[in-house]
Amino acid sequence: MGRALRLGNPRVSREKLYGWGRTAPSVADVLEPTANDISGLLRTSTHVLSRGLGRSYGDAAQLAGGLVLRNGAMTVMDEIASDGSVWVDAGVTIDDLIRVGLPQGWFVPVTPGTRQVSIGGAIAADVHGKNHHVDGSFGHHVRSLVLATPTGTLTCGPTERAELFWATVGGMGLTGVVLRAQIQLLAVTSDKVVVDTTRFANLEAVMHEMQSGDHRYRYSVAWVDCMTTGSAMGRAILTRGDHAEGTGERHAPRDAKIGVPFSAPSGLLNGLSIRAFNELWFRMAPKQRHGEVQSIGAFFHPLDGVRDWNRLYGRRGFVQYQFAVPDAASETVVEAIKLLAESRVPSFLAVLKRFGDGTPGPLSFPMPGWTLALDLPVGPTALPGVLDQLDTLVLAAGGRVYLAKDARLDPATFRAMYPRFEELLQLKQQIDPTTVITSDLARRLELIRK
Amino acid sequence: MENAFGQPQTVVVLGGSSDIAREVTKKLCAARARTVVLAGRNESLLQEAAEEAKSAGATSTHLVTFDAQDVASAESAVAESFAAVGAPVDLVVIAVGLLGEQLLDENDPAAAARMSIVNYAWPVTALAALRQRMVAQGSGRIVVISSVAGIRVRRGSYLYSGAKAGLDRLCEGLADSLIGTGVTLQIVRPGFVHTKMTAGLKPAPFSVDAERVAKDIVSGLGTSALVIYSPSVMKWLFAILRHLPAPLWRKINEER
Repeated sequence: MGRALRLGNPRVSREKLYGWGRTAPSVADVLEPTANDISGLLRTSTHVLSRGLGRSYGDAAQLAGGLVLRNGAMTVMDEIASDGSVWVDAGVTIDDLIRVGLPQGWFVPVTPGTRQVSIGGAIAADVHGKNHHVDGSFGHHVRSLVLATPTGTLTCGPTERAELFWATVGGMGLTGVVLRAQIQLLAVTSDKVVVDTTRFANLEAVMHEMQSGDHRYRYSVAWVDCMTTGSAMGRAILTRGDHAEGTGERHAPRDAKIGVPFSAPSGLLNGLSIRAFNELWFRMAPKQRHGEVQSIGAFFHPLDGVRDWNRLYGRRGFVQYQFAVPDAASETVVEAIKLLAESRVPSFLAVLKRFGDGTPGPLSFPMPGWTLALDLPVGPTALPGVLDQLDTLVLAAGGRVYLAKDARLDPATFRAMYPRFEELLQLKQQIDPTTVITSDLARRLELIRK
Repeated sequence: MENAFGQPQTVVVLGGSSDIAREVTKKLCAARARTVVLAGRNESLLQEAAEEAKSAGATSTHLVTFDAQDVASAESAVAESFAAVGAPVDLVVIAVGLLGEQLLDENDPAAAARMSIVNYAWPVTALAALRQRMVAQGSGRIVVISSVAGIRVRRGSYLYSGAKAGLDRLCEGLADSLIGTGVTLQIVRPGFVHTKMTAGLKPAPFSVDAERVAKDIVSGLGTSALVIYSPSVMKWLFAILRHLPAPLWRKINEER
């Protein structure tokens, strides 16, 4: 393994880095450089990767034995222009953007389930939210970005070096280090969301309603119970909403008041406790509620209410499994939930969503149709095999799994799910001919053998 | 890279032709292992193990030969194995061992030396050689096959068990030295295992076959357990046996 040249920098520390699922950590030299230092570091180091707030679930932001550049020192945010566009440094977070933007009448165009992601990370993982079926993913709202590569710093966007731009959006950090980006924000008049909630007794019913009615809402997501078999299999709670109209003051969401100070004992979240939680969650939801007004924080980021909630899964951590399949393969969603329910592998309420178009990028994850995301505690011996079976189902349906959440896909399945991966490699020959930029994820998928 | 379930993709097995090692290799290849280096003394046995690995799913196998009676061969065996992988090594299994013939060996200085070299000195030398490589990697796992025999050394096998005891205790400290490096070391303590090494011996209670030990090892890889017992009842059995009064300990070992 090559070691990073330290440039006499005292801020380099050797650290163990985890993904949010806390499963397969590795140790790297970690540095939080300024934008000015980055091109030098890229020229003089042998293995480099950029990292944001470590919210990807698996090994995407890890580089064992290499140099990992945190983007936390790059935090400048320009004034928001009158058209709602804003230049921000890669280390600015979605939380920062909402905090500054919302009082001025601007909201982020796309937000994942947490505000604690950096813009660099949001671009690298091309994050999506509850509005994907209407607004697409985060990358669709990036007008321009500045990328440091080992061969130089380049500006790119949908109309300038588009190939590099779309390879960077969703490129899992493998094209270079994002320094700055120009984001197009969304105009809102309030800090509230008007929400309709409906409970469904089974999967078929909720899927039918989403297919026929989601276009009427900007935001839509269903929570599905994957542990109940029989006629109630896949019972679900569908919540859909739109920004409320308003004239009053707009307040940014509050910080988490409670946290999880240390890892819970492994096994706290087991089949029994998860089943009980799912039951409670389902029963607490109203059968039907129309026009409820919720705060932006409660609607978009329920998990941000508890800091470090991932520690609840204990020392062995958890994996997320998120796949997308085309509309024609709706049956695969049913089969997947059936497989999970019947294999009795504990899984928390799963998230089911409609997807719109992906991006033109070679590693773009979304496709028009369905996406299902599952939280699965590591421990059950059947789990690795069940997920391999799910891979087979998803692949057969022409679908793929989300790399930002993956921690266990094998190289052959990856290549079959992302057949355009070679376009990324060809591009890397131009901007990173000696393959300085790599990651534990890229190594595991044998996308990059360095 | 190792995945979320402790399934490695690149594996080096030192002592790759041992029965336990072969079973472990097969299971790892059935999961995610594709590049496998099998190192050992007997090339034709290693070749057999490599064929097994391939039919289980390995796409690239390499053989490295060494003689565990020659301590100097440890460093070169490790160097060759890592070079053959040519990428981060996710897992190194150390399954080098020699049971010997206690009653013949105990009065033969050369044989006693051989027992301590093969079971202790060679593995320790190999561990030193691979420790620095894996720490530089910032990732990886080392599995050392020890034995419950090392928990309390008995008269009938003290040359073997004593060397295993040394290796086992050393590995406890070595594992601690690796905290924070991204490298994990795990010690495997099997009970009596039916293998070619133990053929002809009278089995102890709770004896298992190599396949069972391999199963316990592979499921232990996903955990942070320092010690993997096989079968797991050994943990409780030896928690008692290690504290038995000496006369009683000798008594129950008389027939063995």
